[in-house]
Amino acid sequence: MRKPLVQPYPKDWFLRTRAYRLFMLRELTSVCIAGYLVFMLWWLYQLGKGDTESFRSLLSIAKHPVSIGLHTIALIAAAWHSITWFNLTPLVMPMRIGEDRVPNVVIAIAMGYGPWLAVSGFILWATLR
Amino acid sequence: MSDALQHDIVIVGGGGAGLRAAIALAELDPTLSVAVVSKVYPMRSHTVAAEGGAAAVIKDNDSLDAHCYDTISGSDWLADQDAVELFVREAPKELIQLEHWGCPWNREPDGHVAVRPFGGMNIERTWFAADKTGFHMLHTLFQTLLKYDEVVRYDEWFATKLLVADGRCQGVAAIELRTGQVRCIAAKAVILSTGGAGRIFPFTTNGAIKTGDGMALAYRAGVPLKDMEFVQYHPTGLPGTGILITEAARSEGGVLLNKHGERYLSNYDLGEPLDVHDPKHPQMRSMELGPRDRLSQAFVKEHEKGNTIDSPFGDVVHLDIRHLGEKKIDKLLPFVRELATNYAGIDPVHEPIPVRPVVHYMMGGIHTDINTATPLPGLYAVGECACISINGANRLGSNSLTKLLVFGARAGKAAAQYVGGCGAISVAAIQSQAVDEQVRITALLNKTGGSERIVSLRTDMYHAMESGAGIFRDESSLKRTCETLAEVRGRLRDIQLDDRSNCFNTELIAALELENMIDIANAVAHSALARTESRGSHQRTDFPDRDDANFLKHSMAYQTDGGPPRIEYLDVVITRWPPAERVYGAKPVETAGE
Amino acid sequence: MPEQTITLDVFRYRPDEDERSTIQSYDVPYYEHWVILDALNWIKDHVDGTLSFRWSCRMGVCGSCGMMINGDPKLTCAAFLKDYFPRAIRVEPLVNFPVERDLVIVMDDFMSKLTSVKPWLIRDDTRPMEEELLQSPSQLAAYKQFSMCINCLLCYAACPELDGDPDFLGPAAIALAHRYNLDSRDQGTAERQDILGAEEGVWGCALVGECTAVCPKNVDPAGAIQQAKVAVTKDWYKRLLLPWGKR
Repeated sequence: MRKPLVQPYPKDWFLRTRAYRLFMLRELTSVCIAGYLVFMLWWLYQLGKGDTESFRSLLSIAKHPVSIGLHTIALIAAAWHSITWFNLTPLVMPMRIGEDRVPNVVIAIAMGYGPWLAVSGFILWATLR
Repeated sequence: MSDALQHDIVIVGGGGAGLRAAIALAELDPTLSVAVVSKVYPMRSHTVAAEGGAAAVIKDNDSLDAHCYDTISGSDWLADQDAVELFVREAPKELIQLEHWGCPWNREPDGHVAVRPFGGMNIERTWFAADKTGFHMLHTLFQTLLKYDEVVRYDEWFATKLLVADGRCQGVAAIELRTGQVRCIAAKAVILSTGGAGRIFPFTTNGAIKTGDGMALAYRAGVPLKDMEFVQYHPTGLPGTGILITEAARSEGGVLLNKHGERYLSNYDLGEPLDVHDPKHPQMRSMELGPRDRLSQAFVKEHEKGNTIDSPFGDVVHLDIRHLGEKKIDKLLPFVRELATNYAGIDPVHEPIPVRPVVHYMMGGIHTDINTATPLPGLYAVGECACISINGANRLGSNSLTKLLVFGARAGKAAAQYVGGCGAISVAAIQSQAVDEQVRITALLNKTGGSERIVSLRTDMYHAMESGAGIFRDESSLKRTCETLAEVRGRLRDIQLDDRSNCFNTELIAALELENMIDIANAVAHSALARTESRGSHQRTDFPDRDDANFLKHSMAYQTDGGPPRIEYLDVVITRWPPAERVYGAKPVETAGE
Repeated sequence: MPEQTITLDVFRYRPDEDERSTIQSYDVPYYEHWVILDALNWIKDHVDGTLSFRWSCRMGVCGSCGMMINGDPKLTCAAFLKDYFPRAIRVEPLVNFPVERDLVIVMDDFMSKLTSVKPWLIRDDTRPMEEELLQSPSQLAAYKQFSMCINCLLCYAACPELDGDPDFLGPAAIALAHRYNLDSRDQGTAERQDILGAEEGVWGCALVGECTAVCPKNVDPAGAIQQAKVAVTKDWYKRLLLPWGKR
């Protein structure tokens, strides 16, 4: 007689291996990025009011150590997400020359790290100029 | 018992041959009701493990006659030449058909399929998909079959008996593994494509499923097994496991070395070694590209001279492919590298591979005519379980994958034609046989008081076959084997199972497989005992010469009531290539037929 | 019997008598050259004939013997005792599948998913049997990796997405669909697009990437799924921008 047994999937699967943990970490970075976006929207809303009082209070909030801390976390999260994304580029867009695959590291640099560094460098140059 | 399941044609076995037959039927007439019964999911079938390639004439430098000659001389003139000519003629079309279904054949730079040389072949004509040709062929066939949803699949059903009524085969009884029920699958025609029986030997390249089931089913239904004494040893298996290292390793330039580092094959009338970097190496029909029977026999002789190398799993020689270089190995022989690394613990890029001869293929099988029909009306057989015969006393590497396709398609056509003209199914008669079968199996399941475990009987069978019916045999060794097998057959009655459950009872299946294997082993040993000559893979030390006067004949083993099989003989069909000496060693040969 | 032994803690479930699964421990002789499958066969032969599992080729190509080994999906014919010795080894059926019995899973769902992606070469024309379809080595290389799938289903056991959405096509089926889409001889991409582009198709994947990590044949199903996402998206835009079927 048949009576197939349905096994529950381990509820703690995301803790089980390093790969699963790193995956969860990558997914969680989206929370930080979403939080930062909310902050940005609020910032734009305040700026949109156009009065100096709102701008002053904005600056003081931004300079607060808690704010700087949260921004730092958001920056790290964004950087981490970007790095995982760049590392996955060769998976998404493999390239071949004839029969041979272009090495993953070349694709990651050409499609990800290279442009990233260039743009960051430009922004740095534009800000510090 | 539930009602009989009914189809026009039932195919038993879901490997390359069975799937090819099923597709042929689906394409031929979509209104036919076709079913495939397989004891494993079809993509698990052992076609999956074939590595080197499939032979067919496609290049301009080749000819049909050349392929015929290689096959016939390779068979030591025991192949039926009408069958060989037909096979060779239809081979290219079948391989192109597979190409059209998506098989990833290796290619030349210009996009045409690439071919490689193979053992015993005069010209390179072996199509290949790296060194996983069987895998790609099987998956291509299986995935193509998925297109035809009208073909019913009984996956993981184990056929236990052919149902015969009114002198015709009209279906099979089969156990559905997941429920344990025996069901009657009625059909106007049955095609057996269950593969070989390498598992009657302990040391084999064959997977666990290759237990000669279809051969045993046909044998018990009164159909003769033909040329069973011819068992192919592949010269290069990994020691211990018996895992196959493809002949393609040698056709790409690999060489065999004894413990002194010598290319010892030159001592066995297989030609002179060329330097591995010589552009002419490897030479066709020469040295490492000699036929499998001669290479395996050379190993035994070399062993007797003390020139083989000790290993924990028996003596070995070395298969050296290091000079090919990592790039070529990874491109053309990646599976060889994977297998040697995993299962022999050596990387063939840096070290030679230890190898020894290993049971690989049954040249013999269910007797069929050129259209795959057996003497029992309504029963067809194809693939390794059948003997048509194109393999004779020794099969050439890369002919068997092609054979699955050519004769698989042919079996489909022949069966379709037959069911168009045969009478209705006698459902009541065969249903009652299936009920008897259920009773027999339930009795085996519920039996108490037995004293034999499956493993002890199987081990004794292994020992009997390996010690007495191996590469070299003689009368006394074969007689001992026959005696042991008869005794083991008797002890089957005392078998005791641990498992009495119905759902997925793999112990029950193993017991039924064991019964099949013992019957097949018996046919092998008795056919070998009766053939008092040496030919191809059948080497009798007491009769070392080929005897065309008495034995240019197929042996036909018939099951008898309880006793040893009755052996009869059938003349070999000779068309244009009269028997001659087998010449290897790159000497010129005349391949054109008369 | 060698002096050393190793313990296998094996998942047991016999539907005829069990309501739930249990773990049964077996002491098995330890040999360095043995794989876990050898140990299971030794148990079946010598100790307990009731233990059920699938196996055949024992050389990593038939795809039958996938199981969870200490929680990781593995082919038991390619997992050596020596890599676990002297600690006990836990052997369980692949997760994400119903268990028929012991270590045998129910594969029906995978078989229907595989069929649904049309894993066969689709051509508009019929060609004479005398003619090869030309395909250059680089065109072959474009899909070859994805044609290496042995349907062992380790990737399904590694995929947490399938727990949340059992209808997700899953790694192997998508990889095979992508294999045919990439084949220069195939013209069936449009026919496979609806099933691939559905929510249960490529979009069921959040790119955990474990399917690729556990694949014993380096098929890289995760890569196939991401590439298929790009292809499906491109196709969607094409359909949107070229509404007259000029795709």
